[in-house]
Amino acid sequence: MSLVIYIIIMAGVTYLIRMIPFTLFRREIKSRFFKSFLCYIPYAVLSAMTIPAIFYCTGNFYTAAAGTAAAVVLAYFGFPLIVVALAASGTALLTGLIF
Amino acid sequence: MQSDKKSDCAICTQSLCGVALIAIFLEICYYYVYIMKGTMPLKSQFLKGMSHGIPIALGYLSVSFGFGILAVKSGLSIMAAVIISAANLTSAGQAAGVTIIAAGGAYIEMALTQLTINLRYALMALSLSQKLDKSFTPGKRLIASYGITDEIFAVAYSQPGKLSPTYMYGMILISFLGWTIGTFLGAAAGQLLPKALTDAMGILLYGMFIAIIIPPSRKSKNVLTVVVIAAVISILFKYLLPSVSSGFAVIISAAAASLIGAALFPVDDEEEKA
Repeated sequence: MSLVIYIIIMAGVTYLIRMIPFTLFRREIKSRFFKSFLCYIPYAVLSAMTIPAIFYCTGNFYTAAAGTAAAVVLAYFGFPLIVVALAASGTALLTGLIF
Repeated sequence: MQSDKKSDCAICTQSLCGVALIAIFLEICYYYVYIMKGTMPLKSQFLKGMSHGIPIALGYLSVSFGFGILAVKSGLSIMAAVIISAANLTSAGQAAGVTIIAAGGAYIEMALTQLTINLRYALMALSLSQKLDKSFTPGKRLIASYGITDEIFAVAYSQPGKLSPTYMYGMILISFLGWTIGTFLGAAAGQLLPKALTDAMGILLYGMFIAIIIPPSRKSKNVLTVVVIAAVISILFKYLLPSVSSGFAVIISAAAASLIGAALFPVDDEEEKA
């Protein structure tokens, strides 16, 4: 098993997944149903990726839950991405000192 | 022994200073652009793309730091970690890929894992392909498609109007820099950081996802419903069907939730786009 081949497969598959729909699909999509589907999919993907994985990402449920709570509150009030992400991490770090 | 420890410490300190400096620099750029935005419109689409990409790059800098740590822990060299980041530009897929490399998995397993975890990019690419302006020739699409990530998609998609190639290039370039530089610094210094810190950094990526999901969910009850349905199905997979790989679970959850959303709350043109 060669590292170079692993990396070529990884990068090749990932690129094709992005490139084929982006390049070959040139017509405007007319179907209202399909348009709605495409409109919802990014939020649905991110939601499914985040929950429940976020509660396991620090190796400690309590610190992860505290970080999640901080992120949800700040995101609700519309803070920028980086502020929300760093606050989540900082909260997890601080609660890690307690639990 | 003594000198080893010293040089380790030096690398660690240097790298941390490096991260801090880059972060501060990007932060200043961000606020500069933020302040100037009101007074003068950004003429260059490339610069506009770069400025919109700065928060993404900052997030990537810290998230890919975690990937660098993981890659070196899995036995890869610093250079291999950086090459993987530069060639893939994807978080979850790279993390899974490194695990497979470490375990000596089959090539077909690598291909299928990347396909399932990253299939969401196909859907995002499809959505984004509807928003491109006329100057997006097939050649330019070939280049820009390299940079379709969750965050770049989210930011680009939320822009009013059509997207130009240079705007996308600017956003992709700065995100690429954040991602590869963060990987390098993480791979070089991560092992020397205390475990409590690297553990806490594990939540960065998810924190960013939350920051993307919540504001549109607050604005639109329909988006909120879809988000909740996706989360509930994802939880069911995790606890009731743990044998389904996480990549497949995400795809099925997201597709089911979006189909339900499209059936119950069809979107009128240009409405709902948060």
